[in-house]
Amino acid sequence: MNLAAKDIRHNLGRFALTAVGIGLLLMTVLGMSGIYRGMIDDALVVVDRIGADLWVVQRGTRGPFAEISRVSASLEHRLRAVPGVADARSFVSHNVQREHHGQPLRMNVHGLAWPEDNGAWVTLTAGRPLGQAHYEMIADATLGLALGEKLVLGKDTYTVVGVAKGMVSSSGDGIAFFTTLDALAIQFDLSGEAIRLERAARVQRAVGRDIGQVQPLLLERGAGLASGIPALGPPMVSAITVRVVDGVDPDGVAATIAAWPDVSVHTRDGQEQLLVHGMIDKARLQIGLFRTLLVIISTIIMALILYTLTLDKIHDIAMLKLMGARNTMIVGLILQQALLLGALGYGIAWAVGGWVFPRFPRRVLIAPEDLWGLAVVVAFISVLASLLGIWKAMRVEPNRVLS
Amino acid sequence: MTATPHSPAVEALGLTKIYGSGNTEVVGMKNVSLRLARGEVVALLGPSGAGKSTFLTAIGLINPPTAGRIIIGGEPVMDGPRALVDVRAFRRRHLGFVFQKANLIPFLSAAENVAVALEINDTPPRAARLRAMELLDYLGVADRANNLPDALSGGQQQRVAVARALANQPSLILADEPTAALDSHRGRQVMELFRKVAHERGAAVIVVTHDHRSLDVFDRIYEMEDGELRPATNQQ
Repeated sequence: MNLAAKDIRHNLGRFALTAVGIGLLLMTVLGMSGIYRGMIDDALVVVDRIGADLWVVQRGTRGPFAEISRVSASLEHRLRAVPGVADARSFVSHNVQREHHGQPLRMNVHGLAWPEDNGAWVTLTAGRPLGQAHYEMIADATLGLALGEKLVLGKDTYTVVGVAKGMVSSSGDGIAFFTTLDALAIQFDLSGEAIRLERAARVQRAVGRDIGQVQPLLLERGAGLASGIPALGPPMVSAITVRVVDGVDPDGVAATIAAWPDVSVHTRDGQEQLLVHGMIDKARLQIGLFRTLLVIISTIIMALILYTLTLDKIHDIAMLKLMGARNTMIVGLILQQALLLGALGYGIAWAVGGWVFPRFPRRVLIAPEDLWGLAVVVAFISVLASLLGIWKAMRVEPNRVLS
Repeated sequence: MTATPHSPAVEALGLTKIYGSGNTEVVGMKNVSLRLARGEVVALLGPSGAGKSTFLTAIGLINPPTAGRIIIGGEPVMDGPRALVDVRAFRRRHLGFVFQKANLIPFLSAAENVAVALEINDTPPRAARLRAMELLDYLGVADRANNLPDALSGGQQQRVAVARALANQPSLILADEPTAALDSHRGRQVMELFRKVAHERGAAVIVVTHDHRSLDVFDRIYEMEDGELRPATNQQ
């Protein structure tokens, strides 16, 4: 006779409510794992999808995902000349926040090296890759922009020609893909007044130096377009991505580039490690600690519930002992209830989580190992939580029946 | 010592129980001796605090005596406070208990309450269920076999408790005021039940009671006072 099952059947409502409570706590634990895994996946999605073997960045920096990196766009031509390099492309990435339909719209602007790269590698759910050098964009679905919708950024209007899926930055913002030139135009957009003031300041700077005296033409150029004085304002990008020729060792090419004094180079693995262990490491620790706290809280709550359930049965346990029941029977009664409570809670966590997590604003990615890991943790804490109740039950004397 | 067909069901020899020590010492039971044959039904009377429950719990191997010997079914089980057997296993096989409250397990049906006692004694579940039904039938509550205790009257609950006490065919049944919560009619029914059980099944029964109206069902009547046991006089 399974006493645990009989007792549960008798107190079904209370047991079910308890299981729901434990289940929601475990769901939060599972969600924490999922949020962390989602953060990693989000952080690595661009690095993985771009498929670059090397990332060439500003000297001494850790790359565009970890910190600000500025390199000259012309660097890509220099890199193409390195033996073993198949392709080099500008990489531009920055965040912008604008208002759209009265709501804040935050996006990660990502530059594609048009025409070599039109975004064909981006997973699209609707539309097409970029088809022209300017004024088109591919938007991740999380940005809420519809196909054909127009968005004003800076002084230009961009049309959504493609809707992507699962393309978010490490900070969770949806990515919008533009050509590199458009991405730079969005990044360095200045108001007319700001441009006029900068031109005037530029002339004043030239006047105040020898070069302004010996090269009067510079004063004239300084008051005009920035593109007219390329020596003063070379276009800057975040990084240059490099793909090596098939069969060539990327580390060898990286060693060549690393010898240049103006840039640093990271392999794809290195860039991923920097992302995981650098950028989101604190988040990992925070989530890990929070998850540990939740597990401890779940254990304490389970222990208290099981202890209360045991106290409710203390007279019956005394009676069973009086009848000569072995300790294994008493322990089994409590332990089975603990394990069943844990198993039900786990099932509820899995089922409710499966429904709730996709509705979270950031991706919650549950891997099979998370589910297995949680199952082991639940089994462990169920046993641990039952110890208090078992301890109490073992101390009950049969003569308590007489009281 | 081993049990023989002629062994008494239970022998208590010079049982003494002392609670506390020094200034707080209280003598709960003083040199109590009693011998019961199989099939014998004995009533134990006495005021509160006389030592009845102390005697019952000592002989029920719940609360060991300070001194004296207990022999059940011919087997020495207690020598002073020292147990000579595994008391829990011994209770399982040889003793049955009935109390003022039926003390049925609330989440088990009447049949399960009886069957659990059998399963504790290693009877397979199916056989336990059949035996439980036989006992409930014997005690006239078979029609309530699937009811939880809450759905049973006080008398029915007490019958189920008696069935549970009988489940493992004990050589000794100990009942502590089993009719206190019942009306006189149902109380007498339960007392007669003990007599029937003792005579038909060969168990010795000791009943602690305050109910003087049913004393005619007992083979012998004892009374306790100040921890001492003596045959009752002029109780009926």
